[in-house]
Amino acid sequence: MTKPKVAFYWCASCGGCEEAVVDLAEDVLAVVDAVDIAFWPVALDFKVSDVEALADGELAASFVNGAIRTSEQREMAELLRRKSAVVVAFGACAWLGGIPGLANLSSRESILEFVYRGSPSTSDGDGVRPQEETDVPEGRLRLPHFDETVRTLDQVVDVDYYLPGCPPPVDLIRSAVTALVEGRLPEKGSVLAPDVALCAECPRAQTKPTDLKVTQFRRPHEVIADPETCLLAQGLVCLGPATRSGCGAPCTAANMPCTGCMGPTSRVIDYGAKALSAIASLVAPSDEEAVGEAVDRLVDPVGTFYRYSLPASLLHRRVERDAAGSRGGGQGWARRS
Amino acid sequence: MPEGGLNPKAVSTDGGPRIGVYVCHCGLNIAGKVDVKAVVEFAASLPHVTVARDYKFMCSDPGQELIQQDLRDGLVNRVVVASCSPLMHEATFRRATAAGGESPSHVQMASIREHVSWVTADGDDATEKAKALVAGAVRRVALHEVLEPRQSPVRPDVMVVGGGIAGIHAALTLADAGKHVYLVERETTIGGHMAKFDKTFPTLDCAACILTPKMSAVRTHPNITLWTYSDVVSVEGYAGDFRVRVRHRPRYVREDLCTGCLACIDACVHKQGKFEDEWNEGLSKRKPIYIPFPQATPPVVVVDREACIWFKTGKCPRTCVDACERDAFDFEQTETFDEVEVGAIILATGYRTFDASRMPEYGYGLYPNVYTSLEVERLLNAAGPTNGEIVLRDGSRPRTVGIIHCVGSRDAKHNLWCSKVCCMYSLKLAHMVKERIGAEVYNFYIDMRTPGKGYEEFYDKVLREGVHMVRGRVAGVTDEAASPEEEGHLVIRAEDTLIGSVRRIPVDMVILAVGIEPQPDAQEVRRLFNVSCGSEGFFTERHPKLAPVSTFTDGIFLAGACQGPKDIPDSVAQAGAAAAEALAMIDRGHVTLESSTAFIDDAACSGCKTCVGLCPFGAIAFDEDRKKAAVNEVVCKGCGICVGACPSGAAQQHLFTDAQILSEIEGVLEYV
Ligand SMILES: Cc1cc2nc3c(=O)[nH]c(=O)nc-3n(C[C@H](O)[C@H](O)[C@H](O)COP(=O)(O)OP(=O)(O)OC[C@H]3O[C@@H](n4cnc5c(N)ncnc54)[C@H](O)[C@@H]3O)c2cc1C
Ligand code: SF4
Ligand code: SF4
Ligand code: SF4
Repeated sequence: MTKPKVAFYWCASCGGCEEAVVDLAEDVLAVVDAVDIAFWPVALDFKVSDVEALADGELAASFVNGAIRTSEQREMAELLRRKSAVVVAFGACAWLGGIPGLANLSSRESILEFVYRGSPSTSDGDGVRPQEETDVPEGRLRLPHFDETVRTLDQVVDVDYYLPGCPPPVDLIRSAVTALVEGRLPEKGSVLAPDVALCAECPRAQTKPTDLKVTQFRRPHEVIADPETCLLAQGLVCLGPATRSGCGAPCTAANMPCTGCMGPTSRVIDYGAKALSAIASLVAPSDEEAVGEAVDRLVDPVGTFYRYSLPASLLHRRVERDAAGSRGGGQGWARRS
Repeated sequence: MPEGGLNPKAVSTDGGPRIGVYVCHCGLNIAGKVDVKAVVEFAASLPHVTVARDYKFMCSDPGQELIQQDLRDGLVNRVVVASCSPLMHEATFRRATAAGGESPSHVQMASIREHVSWVTADGDDATEKAKALVAGAVRRVALHEVLEPRQSPVRPDVMVVGGGIAGIHAALTLADAGKHVYLVERETTIGGHMAKFDKTFPTLDCAACILTPKMSAVRTHPNITLWTYSDVVSVEGYAGDFRVRVRHRPRYVREDLCTGCLACIDACVHKQGKFEDEWNEGLSKRKPIYIPFPQATPPVVVVDREACIWFKTGKCPRTCVDACERDAFDFEQTETFDEVEVGAIILATGYRTFDASRMPEYGYGLYPNVYTSLEVERLLNAAGPTNGEIVLRDGSRPRTVGIIHCVGSRDAKHNLWCSKVCCMYSLKLAHMVKERIGAEVYNFYIDMRTPGKGYEEFYDKVLREGVHMVRGRVAGVTDEAASPEEEGHLVIRAEDTLIGSVRRIPVDMVILAVGIEPQPDAQEVRRLFNVSCGSEGFFTERHPKLAPVSTFTDGIFLAGACQGPKDIPDSVAQAGAAAAEALAMIDRGHVTLESSTAFIDDAACSGCKTCVGLCPFGAIAFDEDRKKAAVNEVVCKGCGICVGACPSGAAQQHLFTDAQILSEIEGVLEYV
């Protein structure tokens, strides 16, 4: 029997997702046993031409991590889509845009300006910016195009399944691969994790009051949190109530509030908006001024509530208007359906 | 074909939605701005719309009949009415749809009056907006689920909270109609403020003569359980089925044994009263064992634990106990509780008066001869501290009296509202002072407000009696004399706006017409009973004109001054109305429940508890064993708060699912 061929690929990501595959430890051997890895440029020496050589649909599955920011990532996503029966968006960035997606708060121009000139560690030099094409004596060099906007994988290609997490928990990866090998895959479009929020598996849940009201929000570095009590009840912005479970709550176990990397449940259209409205509903004061003071302590609201999901959200990105009021800075993008 | 109709399109037989759109002219309210015909034509072109009509008044019988006929003819199975707001007529069109044989939840309204014709300047714009709203409603109604109206039975008993004139009247009305009433009063006697007055405007009836018969009727009525010195500690449940827990504070005298002979008060080791008598506004002293006034109801004495020597030292011969022939004393009494189930609750908790010391410029608390109106009511009362004599604290009789209106009222620094009764009671006090001691009386007023039957006539009468009226705000009261004739008097400084100059009027007594304020614990009471109140603290009625005694919590009604400043006639009228509303609900036997309730997808609930404390109606319970929240759909009002807050989308709401809301938005946007 021929083993199913699979591919692993990374786009705009930190590499943590690749680590997660390695974290399967000895199980990785089982995976290697069960499937035939046809493409995994991070770990093994493959060329794009290897993929191009495959027949359309020949890959049983491609696991693509990272968001989509460059023309190269787009092209690779499209290529893998064509060659694969199943495409899995692997990790928070591929599913929702992830941390790289926060770049949608800045324009492409301001990013390039900062990175190649403005940042304190950059010497201005002769103001050279990378060009997409440069002629050197050896010939013409090409760099991929750096898009205006960060997109999720499914804003670029059709995606069959999503593995949440930053990075996806080992258990979920293992069961996803097993389900794939055994042909027991759920309905297309599913997120391969429990569809219940984290409080359900958080060891602190029973200490959470039913009439929780937060008078003062705190940031993790401002308190030594009690190790047993619900973190939200201690004023820490724990996004567990808004976030899918399946991770086993390692963060709250380690005295850190949930930051939401497992993303929303299937019933939620916009993760950040939902999380924000839940947290806002807990604000204790009711007069306007005191409410203002309480919410002023929620530093960086976009970075808090949309930390992993800005590109997938209804907001998608910051829109800049020029003096004439017309929109700029945006680039056509497909809405997540 | 009915009037104004467009040809019905071929009826779909595939069981899909067949939507009827009915555009209302609302006379010229809508049709004066919106091109109704154009909206009908547009609606007829939308997918799934089988009928589109317009009519002058959709809410009228013939208008509703249009809908019912189309339903009966099988032309439509979903209804969009483009007319006024749902608050106005959603119930009407739901009823009409049900009468036509279709689920009442298959209705959606497009508010093209409040949201369009009334607020849009340009007719073409208005027509376009109306079309967009209709497009949204059509998309939405196609997704409406079938919800059957639900009912729940109503318990026949009623609780009345507060035993002032309003509570008393409501309780008697209900009891006379054969309903059992629990009347809960936190003081030791019922009667409220009215029991403190000697006479009442404008007819000058003796307050006691008209009130005490009602008080004793309460006590003897077989259908009334009277609980004084008691308060409500918790309320659970919902319209038709409230469970109320009441706490009874100990009097140390058994109510069932005491006959009110008052022998114990005479026998108390304190020969004189020593403690401030609250009922007399502190103008007299009482003993540790006392009764507020002779006709107190129930006529049962009470021991003030803080003042009683026995409680303070454990050493007292307790001559009171020996004096009691009925053996009614019980110094071991503790708080007791009762729990009762009632179908409706009437709140009649009344008001408090403005604290005059908040306006130091008037010298209350500083000059002994500055009184509040309530104190003077007690002075005038034959059963009061001076047996009805108007004497100053030093025992002398005032020869000139100044009454300052609007103290604390109509004042940006204090209370913005007009307290409504102060002008009238100030005139009453002026009349009584003049009648009893022949003093010169000056009334200082800003505007004389005397609307009411016989009120302006009363003002005329007082004017003819020679009471001086000075129009203008009083700047202050002082004892610093500026001239020999002011020496030894209090001087009222006021701008007289009628003669355009500042006047100084020396008087012997100043009466401050303190305004009416919400009870200090209005917020707690509001939360306890789940009703809302304005920012000032008066309880909010469901509708200022059309539902003045109902609240937003079904089954809870309002009577008297707890809803806003009111005189006795208005309080009684409102109490009668509240009793009638409660009766109507009880005799109907059931309450109809909101059908667009919230519900929690059990499997999806993470047990995060976010929703539980947020429900303003206490409809969400948390099961600690299963770690799941659940909505009691009988209690749920469909406010949607939990739905918006549930961070994982487990709480949802009938007729407000994401799909329904989004389809409406998309319908509107698609058109725009
Ligand atoms: C100085 C003065 C003179 C007035 N003279 C007149 C007049 O001549 N003619 C006229 O028509 N109107 C007059 N009024 C107005 C009149 O007092 C009110 O219209 C009337 O008292 C309102 O009755 P009520 O039952 O609503 O409130 P209240 O009389 O205030 O009675 C409320 C009752 O509820 C009880 N209560 C409060 N909270 C609770 C609770 N949480 N639990 C249990 N019990 C509670 C209180 O102890 C009280 O017994 C006068 C007002 C003032 C201030
Ligand atoms: S710590 Fe966070 S995840 Fe745990 S119960 Fe509290 S809110 Fe929920
Ligand atoms: S807010 Fe949602 S998830 Fe949390 S307890 Fe309520 S229904 Fe359950
Ligand atoms: S919608 Fe939710 S919050 Fe509102 S009444 Fe119903 S259960 Fe309570």
